[in-house]
Amino acid sequence: MAATRERKVPVLVDKPMDFCPGCGHGIISRLIMECLEELGQLENIIFPIGVGCSSNLGAGLECDRLHCCHGRAAAVATGMKRVNPDVLVVTYQGDGDAYNIGIAETFSAAYRGEHITVITINNTNFGMTGGQMAVTTMEGQKTSTTVHGRDCGVTGFPLRFPEMVAREFPNVAYAARGTVTTPAQINRLKGYIKNALEAQINHEGYSIVEVLSPCPVNWGLSPVKAMERIEQELIPCYPIGEFKKRGEGNV
Amino acid sequence: MVEMMKGNEAIAEAAIRAGARFYAGYPITPSSEIMEYLSWRMAEVGGSFVQAESELAGINMVIGASACGVRALTASSGPGISLKQEGISTLCDEGLPAVVITQVRYGNGLGTLFTSQCDYNRETRGGGQGDYRCIVLCPSSVQEYVDLMLPAYELSEKYRIVVIMMGEGTLGQMMEPVELPDFVEIKRTPWALNGHYTYKKIGIFERDSMAEAVELRAKYDEIKEKEQRWEEESIQDADYVFVAYGVPGRATLGAVRELRNAGEKVGLIRPVTAWPYPEKAFARINPNVKGIITVEENATGQMIDDAALSIKKTHKDRNIPAYALTYVYNTPPIGRIKEDYFKVKRGEIKEVY
Repeated sequence: MAATRERKVPVLVDKPMDFCPGCGHGIISRLIMECLEELGQLENIIFPIGVGCSSNLGAGLECDRLHCCHGRAAAVATGMKRVNPDVLVVTYQGDGDAYNIGIAETFSAAYRGEHITVITINNTNFGMTGGQMAVTTMEGQKTSTTVHGRDCGVTGFPLRFPEMVAREFPNVAYAARGTVTTPAQINRLKGYIKNALEAQINHEGYSIVEVLSPCPVNWGLSPVKAMERIEQELIPCYPIGEFKKRGEGNV
Repeated sequence: MVEMMKGNEAIAEAAIRAGARFYAGYPITPSSEIMEYLSWRMAEVGGSFVQAESELAGINMVIGASACGVRALTASSGPGISLKQEGISTLCDEGLPAVVITQVRYGNGLGTLFTSQCDYNRETRGGGQGDYRCIVLCPSSVQEYVDLMLPAYELSEKYRIVVIMMGEGTLGQMMEPVELPDFVEIKRTPWALNGHYTYKKIGIFERDSMAEAVELRAKYDEIKEKEQRWEEESIQDADYVFVAYGVPGRATLGAVRELRNAGEKVGLIRPVTAWPYPEKAFARINPNVKGIITVEENATGQMIDDAALSIKKTHKDRNIPAYALTYVYNTPPIGRIKEDYFKVKRGEIKEVY
């Protein structure tokens, strides 16, 4: 009989959270906490948390955290980090929070190169408010505000933020996108998150990890089909990988 | 040592001396010199300065620093303060202290650059969403502004409330003799977020909004009882009592003294706290007073509501007329205030209440 290996739940998230069945948030928040534990940072962390499904993280966490005004987590993080240069400051936001209403703050923190880590959960819609279109919504995707499918000719095309800041902003130390569709992808994502945190610990600059995450309820798909959608539809538009590795072209 | 200083620079230096170690904001006339000064001065004292991408970002950076227990500051004017309102409401909701300076300029929308008192209602009512108040201090000179910076931080931390320094464009732009206060010792607040979870802040879904609202109301009642500030002159035998704050308060004091010398029985209440409004001062007014007269740098008459309610509350047995002299923008000259006083006395200006 094969020995079963019991995995310990990181202490910071050892509380129930109210995510929908099949949602990716649970996996992602668990990965972040595992990385913090492995890096010895469990007692050296502040989370400025976004508004939306990401808010549920704040309910489950047992650590310093602050719910921010919608979209402003990167600005709040800037204030926190400037007065606590040796404490890890990690924003946890959805795509609507970080890239729609908060694009100015998200963009400007990356532009300045604040020594923070931004984790953005991209589920291609506004999950909490009922699945409206976000800047990340795919062309043709039906949402509650694009009932005939997203017309990119009038609403714009899916935004690839990590690629943009990796390319344009010298003070970005690390930028990557991962997903949670398979154990292999989850392990890869964990590596990205760890790199982003290490970049901050070593004062290398700004780091961002975007995560493609399933939203079965708003997509109208089963959890398994939602994972398949990520593999088949989203990844071709939103590539998985590191767009800027640590030490690459940093000023 | 007394030296001539430009208002905005003296105010910025006073904030440093009162322990401010974080500034984030966005340029706007007539407050920009505060951030210009702090852009180099913060680094000298080991503080942080961020020129934010917007007023929204600026106030949210202040939220971040304040949550970490650091004395934080932002400064702006008219439309910039409007943009900060969601953040100010959030500071109040989270019980985070901060000092917000507004050097008021006249107008709706983009408005003008003229010195004014047109934002009284916004600052004193809690200008953002929700059910809250900020302590509002309204100095009348550069020296008073400077002297109020430390009490502003102390009040904001004592009550965990936002303190608005409601200045006027004039107070930032003019030069006056100033004596700067000493530096205070810097300490972080005991409930600060520090990454170690020493302060066990609860999550948003565990909060009891009904209980919090009751506590907040009790806090505001305590502030109203304990923190009213004002200056007064000759109100106990006055037939007419002027009420004016800020720089118009100084002009009105001049008018009151000249009128007294001419035999007119007039007095002045100059609120130093616009919220809590100094109702207690009104209780000291001559019971037989014939009227109260506000002097305001706005068009519609804003403080008149608070003045009229206060005289109604403290002189219940009589219906004392309340007049508003509104000068829109720019400081009213003493002569103009005196002329208008006589118009009130002759019945040529009608009471508002």
